[in-house]
Amino acid sequence: MVTDLNLELLTLMMRIRMVEEEIAREYPKGEMRCPTHLSIGQEAVPAALGLCVSIKDMAMSTHRGHAHYIGKGGNLKSMIAEIYGKSTGCSKGKGGSMHLIDNSVGFMGTSAIVGNSIPVGVGLALASKIRKTEQISCIFFGDGATEEGSYYESVNFAVVKKLPVLFLCENNLYSVYSPLNVRQPEGRKISTVAKAMGLGVDEVDGNNAIESFKSIESAVQRIQNNQGPQFIEFSTYRWLEHCGVNYDNDIGYRTEEEYLRWKKNDPISKLKDKLLQEKLISEVQIKEIIAKIEFEIKEAFAFAKESSFPENSEAYIGEYAI
Amino acid sequence: MQSNNREITFATAINEAIHETMAANDNVICYGLGVTDPKAVFDTTKNLEQKFGSERVFDMPTSENAMTGIAVGASLNGLIPLMTHQRLDFFLLAMDQLINSASKWHYMFGSQQSVPITIRLILGRGWGQGPTHSQNLQAWFAHMPGLKVVMPTTPEDAKGLLTASILDPNPVVFLEHRWLHNVKGFVPEGFYSKPIGKAKKVKSGIDVTIVTMSYMTIEALHAVEYLEKMGISCDVIDLLTIRPIDWDSIFNSVKVTGRILALDTGFTTGSVAGEIIARVSMDCFDFLKCKPSRLAMPDMPEPTSPALTKGFYVRASDIVIAVIQMLGKDFSMVKNDLPEPIPHDIPGDWFKGPF
Ligand SMILES: Cc1ncc(C[n+]2csc(CCOP(=O)(O)OP(=O)(O)O)c2C)c(N)n1
Ligand SMILES: [Mg+2]
Repeated sequence: MVTDLNLELLTLMMRIRMVEEEIAREYPKGEMRCPTHLSIGQEAVPAALGLCVSIKDMAMSTHRGHAHYIGKGGNLKSMIAEIYGKSTGCSKGKGGSMHLIDNSVGFMGTSAIVGNSIPVGVGLALASKIRKTEQISCIFFGDGATEEGSYYESVNFAVVKKLPVLFLCENNLYSVYSPLNVRQPEGRKISTVAKAMGLGVDEVDGNNAIESFKSIESAVQRIQNNQGPQFIEFSTYRWLEHCGVNYDNDIGYRTEEEYLRWKKNDPISKLKDKLLQEKLISEVQIKEIIAKIEFEIKEAFAFAKESSFPENSEAYIGEYAI
Repeated sequence: MQSNNREITFATAINEAIHETMAANDNVICYGLGVTDPKAVFDTTKNLEQKFGSERVFDMPTSENAMTGIAVGASLNGLIPLMTHQRLDFFLLAMDQLINSASKWHYMFGSQQSVPITIRLILGRGWGQGPTHSQNLQAWFAHMPGLKVVMPTTPEDAKGLLTASILDPNPVVFLEHRWLHNVKGFVPEGFYSKPIGKAKKVKSGIDVTIVTMSYMTIEALHAVEYLEKMGISCDVIDLLTIRPIDWDSIFNSVKVTGRILALDTGFTTGSVAGEIIARVSMDCFDFLKCKPSRLAMPDMPEPTSPALTKGFYVRASDIVIAVIQMLGKDFSMVKNDLPEPIPHDIPGDWFKGPF
């Protein structure tokens, strides 16, 4: 593992975190008028994926898609503008936070319907195989999505056809406020089921950026070596409420203790402290990174706020492709 | 059914209906994503698990289609399942079980068994819900033989009709508009039910018949208040059930007024309002004094940006204009008198988003 990569991972995770934190600060003003799901605490996996694959590879994501979009290299200004409902947004204000897209970097879209983007991701891989484009399709989804029929149906087809798909399951233990144990039998792992269905499988600490990177890197290699679709289960945790920007440990669906335990396992501090300890990075360097990201975020938010709203008539345009 | 002067919200009325019906019938079970979580589906499922236990009231996997089929099976073996979904859009995954199993069972197997399930779906508009969190697809359900589709407006009707829906021997889709959940009204205490398939006249008038449903009734009542000041009176019929539709109530009204405006919260093409116009045109043609009219949502996905939803929704002013046009009078002042509220995309100050 080269230092550059460590640094890139750290920088990308910090970038994702700081963008989300800025959204959280601005959101209460009521100008971002759409449901918004943040990934604070879950930055390692999107960062690792982004650094493992090229922009010709494709990614599909979910309602919780900001981090995946940024990780894959999506344009920050367009994303923030989209959340503000502006005409310069990546979906021209039609989609909002839950409908992000940046085709120029292979970020193919997100869905607000759980499980909805999984088969679409498999379809991307089918086209890649038939058209011999050698692109990998990376599909992000949560633990909840593995309860949908479309997940099993999609996995089955991907295995049958040996498609170049990387299934990335970020298990954060909850679907909205429903804990895993009221939805799936205790003791049965999502990855075990995935393996039984014929996927190559790995299971990794999703708050450990380096481990996540290594796991993704080797899965990508297996896909490229024609070993069929691969699956990785990442254990992780979202810090804030399911939808919105507040802490909600007080409402009673999870304990403060559980939250604090996970917060201690912060993917960013963990990597940062390690790199500092090993003297692979200095405090000065970190300050520089922060300053650079802060500048970029300021620019993106200024761009979004200054951008004009779409013309009202735009609402009635776009039903069909011409 | 005791009468009294107790005002409660639509959401509380729903909660009471479930409590009363579960207490009255041990076979009723209630499940859905989030029904036992701290937010209790906008408080509509509050305290159910505490009262009736976790065998009868439970959260579920994110598995809408299978869980609907499971409701069908449970109902065939003696239970009375009530399912809840926080958005109609999420339930689209379960269309197979609803349409190919639930709605057909009684007919297809020679009337031996029916499927007494009730599916509560919440639909809405506004505040960035966007293309896949705001769809008012009631016409899809109303299209389907074998289903009953209920879509109440007031808390009192919501409570009585939910009770009736749960205890009805057929599959019922029960649609709640999110913008109604905080609306208050007088609601009797205790168990009572109201008949499915009966519309309600919420305003009597002689000039125009307005047929409406769910949240559109609120906009219609604002419109009628304005029209009354102009000396125009409307017969307002709140459908309450959109399958089967209470045609007699509609026809009887149109025979008096000779004019019909049908309102809908869904897309215009293929809407329930369109069906009403068709039937009225066929069955009351001789009584009509002017061409019928309808107001529904644009035939476009609902966009997310607040800039794009300005003027997108049918509001009281649109209804007023449509009525005045039918009477051939001047409507130039209406847009001034009834401007779009600011912000235009929330039902009231109580609504802080996101749902
Ligand atoms: C089909 C469907 N059912 C329910 C919902 C409501 N919903 C939105 S996000 C979500 C949580 C899904 O959990 P998971 O897949 O673990 O993702 P996470 O939110 O934890 O990232 C649910 C149930 C939905 N959007 N679509
Ligand atoms: Mg989850």
